Amino acid sequence: MIVHADVARRRIEELLRSGEEQILPRWHAIAKAPIDELREIYQALRDALETGGDDLTDVRGVLAELSRARARQGYTPSDTARAVFGLKEALYEAVETDGNAEALRGFIWFSRLIDDLGLFTFESYVTAREKIILDQAEQLLELSTPVVKLWEGIVAVPLVGTLDSARTQVVMEKLLQTLVDTDAEHAVIDITGVSAVDTQVAQHLLKTVVAARLMGAECVISGIRPQIAYTIVTLGIEFGDIVTKASLADALAYALRRSGIEIGAARKTRVAVRTEDV
Amino acid sequence: MDRVPILKLGDILIISIQVDLEDQSVLALQEDLADKVVSTGARGVIIDITAVEIVDSFIGRMLATIADMSRLLDADTVVVGMRPAVAITLVELGLSLGGVRTALNLEKGVALLDLARSTPR
Repeated sequence: MIVHADVARRRIEELLRSGEEQILPRWHAIAKAPIDELREIYQALRDALETGGDDLTDVRGVLAELSRARARQGYTPSDTARAVFGLKEALYEAVETDGNAEALRGFIWFSRLIDDLGLFTFESYVTAREKIILDQAEQLLELSTPVVKLWEGIVAVPLVGTLDSARTQVVMEKLLQTLVDTDAEHAVIDITGVSAVDTQVAQHLLKTVVAARLMGAECVISGIRPQIAYTIVTLGIEFGDIVTKASLADALAYALRRSGIEIGAARKTRVAVRTEDV
Repeated sequence: MDRVPILKLGDILIISIQVDLEDQSVLALQEDLADKVVSTGARGVIIDITAVEIVDSFIGRMLATIADMSRLLDADTVVVGMRPAVAITLVELGLSLGGVRTALNLEKGVALLDLARSTPR
């Protein structure tokens, strides 16, 4: 049986070599892809088969390149895979004209090979995509956590968007580091822009506050939205003696008062001076 | 075994931990400190851990023990200069050092003790 398989395979290789003039244009017609790209794949495939081994590294390299290029041009991964599958149809016509039973048997083996390669283009498309998504997530993580100085000795972290454990972790480390770097004794974590909080995130926030306290700084949480307050109470999360304020302004006023800075009351009436009178 | 030196500044005792502590030195430090608080009649103890990069639960407990002990001897304890990584580790270990006061650096620690002394307990 192995001998048979070998014979069949050699027959296919023979067909690929001798029938290139017919198969390649036919494939081009079926796949509707640039003939240069197809010729490159065809040659890489033929070379790989002729060296006798099952080493398809070169073919895969060419296919990965093609897959990326086509993805950039806006083709779907299915289009690319279908273009690769087109070679089966083109070769089958050559097998049929040949009429040899060995060639037919070999076609089954070849078909499986092409299936693998087609799936590989799909895989490389997905891998490329995945990499982009990972990169973006990382960039987002760096972008989204600024620690701002509100006053001498008072820093704030305005959190916007969705909080997950990874992001809260980054916020926590960055805030604590800023406390050390700036000698700030008061920190405000403002979560006005946060739409949802779950137990894990709340846990991380609490840990941040306790860690800041351990370092000798005081942490205030501000801007808890009504829904979030409701969620926190419903989840049974205990905030204990952690100070929470309704808005960032309240938190700042509290921190200023704690650091012993007096804030004068704003003038209640506005004084307008007419230029003519001066 | 390294003994951690205990410095006296006015009526404050300052312990600056510069090396990785072994369990033996921790126990020795606790004894030395108790003796020193009694002999000098100190009112405050400052433990500076700026140079400490790694903590375990034993060190965490040491801080709490020293604070408890000093309180019995009528001295306030302030832990100063804790690094973020250390603070995070202690929180993860579940040690919140309830009775221990903390400050960002030695200067603020001294100020905190002065403030505590001016307001009668």
